[in-house]
Amino acid sequence: MQHTVSIEDTGERYACSSDESLLGAMARLGRRGIPVGCRGGGCGVCKVEVLAGEFQTRAMSRDHVSDDDRAHGRLLACRVYPASDLSLKVIGKLHKNVCGSAASP
Amino acid sequence: MALTGVLRPGHAQVRVLDLNEAVRFYRDVLGLVETGRDAQGRVYFKCWDERDHNSYVIRESDRAGLDFFGFRVLDTATLNKLDADLQAYGLSTERIPAGEMLATGERVRFTLPSGHVMELYAEKDKVGNGIPLINPAPWSKARDNGIAPIRLDHALLYGPNVAEVHKIFTEVLGFYLVERVLTPDGKANAAIWLSCGQKVHDIAFAEYPEPGKLHHCSFLIESWDQVLRAGDIMSMNQVAVDIGPTRHGVTRGCTIYAWDPSGNRFETFFGGHLPYPDYETLTWTFDNFGQGLDYPQRKLHETFLTVVS
Repeated sequence: MQHTVSIEDTGERYACSSDESLLGAMARLGRRGIPVGCRGGGCGVCKVEVLAGEFQTRAMSRDHVSDDDRAHGRLLACRVYPASDLSLKVIGKLHKNVCGSAASP
Repeated sequence: MALTGVLRPGHAQVRVLDLNEAVRFYRDVLGLVETGRDAQGRVYFKCWDERDHNSYVIRESDRAGLDFFGFRVLDTATLNKLDADLQAYGLSTERIPAGEMLATGERVRFTLPSGHVMELYAEKDKVGNGIPLINPAPWSKARDNGIAPIRLDHALLYGPNVAEVHKIFTEVLGFYLVERVLTPDGKANAAIWLSCGQKVHDIAFAEYPEPGKLHHCSFLIESWDQVLRAGDIMSMNQVAVDIGPTRHGVTRGCTIYAWDPSGNRFETFFGGHLPYPDYETLTWTFDNFGQGLDYPQRKLHETFLTVVS
């Protein structure tokens, strides 16, 4: 089942099926809205806040997602699978890179 | 005997978010050999050509990353001496009893100023590589299972106080500095590559604000061709690849960086130059870090600096 994901920070939209992670579909389609890191729930760079929509999740590291984060939909996009159309904003530690300010090592 | 003291990296214990998924990855895709499971639920692996019982141990946790990294030392007398030397230097050490890890003797554990837990041990059961010690064949069928690296080669760890870590490894543990990357102002080291033998590195550290972070554990591959084969196997299995296949400027090693299913980075590594302890350290300025990381592309991949577990 295909759903539409909207990245509020950039206005980008892309299609994501219910068996593909929010991050995986974005990367496969060549979009760039969410920072891509380990893709396994371990590094935390793809952290997003789901603003609206239904979804399922897989295991992700508590170093990056607390109980409070979970309760407020602040999750790692690589471990979130949409069950409806969904909108989100990027809040990970690389947020600055997504939203256009200077990225310097 | 020329090689004494600390001999080599011996084991890494890494946390995974889903044990069964991780076992399938490490056994079937990376091609490690499962050698045991313990009462804590830890799963033990070795590379096919390693002779000791285990070199890579995983346990399920709600966070990814490294529990500890251990070095094999020559013998028990060396273990006791290094324990005393570490304490005399001002570090506190702890003894982990023999058998706490399967097939492994007593361990001396200490924590570095970078936040990483290190271990030394002198005994681990020799289970062999499946090839007889008399008239050995050069390889066995185990070489064809998955990527099938031949040994745990080194680790790169991220944390604070790299200058202090450098002193502990060189002044207490007998390592020497093979290569380094300077900080942007040229006054300190942003990253260091340390050897305890004639490998281009046995452990490396990079300055990073958060303590105790794992950048990657590295597994040795036998040829550049086999590194490309590893890349093929990664893609066949939808493994998340970070960088490569390419060649590092630092170490001259050929590489692919990729992540396990829990986001712990690993490396499939081939080559590197062969330093001696009397060689001068090779130095990279920060503005050439991109060449140091990815020599052909001269690219300082952002994930190298920012993605750790």
